[in-house]
Parts: sequence; C-alpha cells; structure tokens
Amino acid sequence: MIRRALAFGIRILTGVRRLYQAPHGPGPVVYFANHASHLDFAVVWAALPVEVRELTSPAAAHDYWSKTPLRRWIAQNLFQAVLIERLNVTRESNPLNALLKCLDEGRSIVIFPEGTRRDDGEIGEFKAGLYHLARSRPAVPLVPVMLDNLHRVMPKGAYAFVPIIAQAHFRAPVQLQEGETKPQFLQRARSALFMSEPSD
Amino acid sequence: MDQEMIYLGSIVIGILVVASIIGAILARSVKSESARNTVANLNARTRSWWGMAAVFSAAVVLGPLFTTILFGCLSFLAMREFITLNRTERSDHEVLFWAFFVITPLHYFLVGIGWYGLFTIFIPVYAFAFIPFRRVLTGETKNFLASTARIQWALLVCVYAVSHMPMILRLPLQGYEGENAKLLFFFVLTVQLSDVMQYVWGKTCGKRKVAPQVSPSKTWEGLLGGIGTTVAISTCLWWVTPFNPWQAALMALLICLAGFFGGLVMSAIKRDLGAKDWGSSIAGHGGFMDRIDSLCFAAPLFFHICGFYFGTGMDPRPPEWVLQLLGK
Repeated sequence: MIRRALAFGIRILTGVRRLYQAPHGPGPVVYFANHASHLDFAVVWAALPVEVRELTSPAAAHDYWSKTPLRRWIAQNLFQAVLIERLNVTRESNPLNALLKCLDEGRSIVIFPEGTRRDDGEIGEFKAGLYHLARSRPAVPLVPVMLDNLHRVMPKGAYAFVPIIAQAHFRAPVQLQEGETKPQFLQRARSALFMSEPSD
Repeated sequence: MDQEMIYLGSIVIGILVVASIIGAILARSVKSESARNTVANLNARTRSWWGMAAVFSAAVVLGPLFTTILFGCLSFLAMREFITLNRTERSDHEVLFWAFFVITPLHYFLVGIGWYGLFTIFIPVYAFAFIPFRRVLTGETKNFLASTARIQWALLVCVYAVSHMPMILRLPLQGYEGENAKLLFFFVLTVQLSDVMQYVWGKTCGKRKVAPQVSPSKTWEGLLGGIGTTVAISTCLWWVTPFNPWQAALMALLICLAGFFGGLVMSAIKRDLGAKDWGSSIAGHGGFMDRIDSLCFAAPLFFHICGFYFGTGMDPRPPEWVLQLLGK
C-alpha cells in the first residue's frame, strides 16, 4: 500500500508514465538504464506495472544508502533494493553475487551499467558489469530503459528537485550472442537504449 | 446562488450535450480515414470539455479561494510543460527551483490575500531582478541572456498572465458587486468558444492560410467565421456582464483577437523549440499549455480594459493584517 502510494508520488513528481503491461515475458529480467540522477532507480521502479514492480529490486549504492538507518530502511523496505558495494570491492563482496542471488530468487533487478551519474544528459561507456551478468545468466533477458530528462529533474550535485517532465522508455530486450566479445556486447547494449520502437 | 449563474451553467451543459450527441452521430456516419480522425479528435475535445466544465463549476461553487488554488495549479502545470520543452541547462537548475517552488506560490498567495499593489509588480519587478541575480551566482556566462529570458518569459506567460483570471474575481466594477464570477465565466467561455469555432470553421471551409509558417491549421475562413460566430454568441450573453450589448460585442472581439494572437505566438514558440504540442496530459488537447495558450495574453488585457472602463479602482494597499504584521 505504502509502496503503491510512493510509486504514484514518484510518477506525479517526475511526470513519468506507468506501463500497463510488463515489457517482457514472465520470469526475472535485468533492466539497465542510463544514469543521471539519484531518482533514476526509483523512476524505473515506479514506471513498472504493480505486479512486476513487486518482484523488482533496484540496485542501490551501499555507501550512500546504508549511511543512516532511515536511508537503509527506505532502500530496503520501500524500494526492496539490493545494496551494492562500490568502494571496497573484494572477492567476497563482489557486487555481482548479490545481483545474481536476487535473479536466482526470481526477482528482476534494475542496474546502471555506466556505474556513475552523468551530469550532461549524454550516455557514457558501459562498465563490464553488464557483460559479466549476461555471461553468468545467459537466459535472462536484458531490457534497456532510456531515461529522458532526469539529468534536468535532479542533476548531479544539486540539492533541489525541479518538476520537469521526465520519461522512461522501455526498449526491446537484448541478450548476449554466441561468440560476442565484451566490447562488442557492451557497445550493442548501449546502442539498444536508443532503439525506439515504432509505437514509441 | 445567483440565478444568472445557473442559467449560464445550463447553457454550457446544453452546448456540451448537443456537442456530444453530434459527435456520437458523426462517429457512426463518417467513412474516410481523415474525417474519422477529425471526428475522433473533436470527440476527445468534447470529453475534455466536460472535465473542464466540471472543474470550473466546482470553482464557482466553492468560491474565490478554490478558484485561486485551481489557477495556481494550472500555472504550475503549464510552466512545467513550458520549461520541459525549453531544454534548460544545468546552471538554470537553482533558478528554476525558485521559480517553481517560491515565486509561483508567493505570487498566488498575493492573489489569495488580494494585495493588488504587490500582485502587479511582484513578477515584473522583483522576480525579474531576482532571476538574473541568482543565475549570475552560478558563474556560467554561456547563454546567460537567453537562459534568464526564457525563465522570465515562463513566469510572465504561465504565472503572471494566467493569474489575472482569478484576479478578475476581485475587480471592483460599477454596480456589479459580488457578481464577478460571471465575468470570469464570460471571459473563459469567449476564449474557448473562439478556439472551437475557429477549429470548426477552419476544418469545414478553411482554404487560405493566415500564417502557414507558424500554424498551418489557421485559415482566414476559420479566423473570420470563428470570430464572427463567437462575437455573436458572446454578445447574446451581455446580460450576465456589466456591459451593454455593443460593449459586450467589442469586449468579445478584443478577447477573440488577443486569443488568436496569443495562440499564434505560442505556436511560434513551440515551432522554435521543435515541438507540435506542449505535452500530452489532456486527451485530444495536447498539454495544458495548448489549452491556455490563447488565454495567456487575453487575460491581462481583458482585466485592465475592464478595470479602466468599468472599474471603480483596485485598492493597491496590503490587507490590514499585513500592515499590522509589518508594524505600519
């Protein structure tokens, strides 16, 4: 109930439309989006249809979201986020493991393959995480999500939010192809963000 | 409740019922693809009209405070569309925060408490100065003038101009005390009728384009037919206004012309920004801005001309409690 209200609130504030149908078939998927603001994961999450949203965990930075008990509570209980270690990555705290565990439990995840927020509205090169994810779970579809205008809603370094109308465009899924190298795959996944469908 | 207001409401409901019936009949009878699209668009407009009429009636029944809040929300949503299309930059971010969350609410607060003196100068004087002051603190000089001008325009068009509509409720007019809601009704009905009539005349017998580069759908036939019909209908409503019939006709003509040019100016801005509609919030109407573009410029003109010819003078002083608060 609170989660539904929260998702509704996020859609009102950012103007993002909600999808009425799952953008893919049943089963867990990986949503990957360009990263421009702190609101990104919440926006992708809020745009999903409610039954899909309940089974989706956005990835959130451990260093930011565990800093205070309140943040931790918001991330874990409201957004059901997976907290990801960014700073001191060791073999034990490899962020990939937490994500794979989530997928294996049947939950979808939301990730940002650029790794960090851009403040100019452009889309940076993808880091290798998406490739390793695709290689570990080749059957899981990767759904590109193009986030429009979010760098204007709440840019990096800004404390305030501006009610500019943002949009989340869900694109056709991509999968790792046989014999595809890491750079080839990452390049193809990145350009899939721009592939608008005819109905879009 | 005012008897005349009830008549007005009945007329609007009557028009909407007729429009809905005609729309339903047309939807069944037309064959060609383009005609079907036109009818579908017309029906979507009619449906949105029912919604707008309902909201407006609520405003009339619930009084000036609700009307002020309603127009405040409208300003906010219109400015949101205006700014979204305007591709603002990172260095505009903080200024935009002030414009949306401080200047707009404060301005409508002034409308709400009826402090006319500050209402007229708050945006043109104080906000006009504050925006470049705040923007210059970011240290970014690239596009400085264009950026500040965009935000100043957004405030003037979406907030300042629109807020003159709820202000009509506070305009003191000779022998018309307590009846101002009907004048606001007359104004909004005339602008919207003019839009619809120009659309209908243009669709049915429009040939020669008025401004093909700005708005290809506007034709001389639509313009003249639309304005003629609207002035005729609005003149028939003179009895709800403080005007006599020929004054009502002139006022309607003024509203139509200002509305036409307002719509044209907003189209030119849209085209400059490379968009067809301001948004897609209202079915068949594009965004909020598409519905109020012709009201923007007409509202302050109508307000001041009414005040000049028929008014007994606005009181510019702040309300008593503000004076006490300031210790004056």
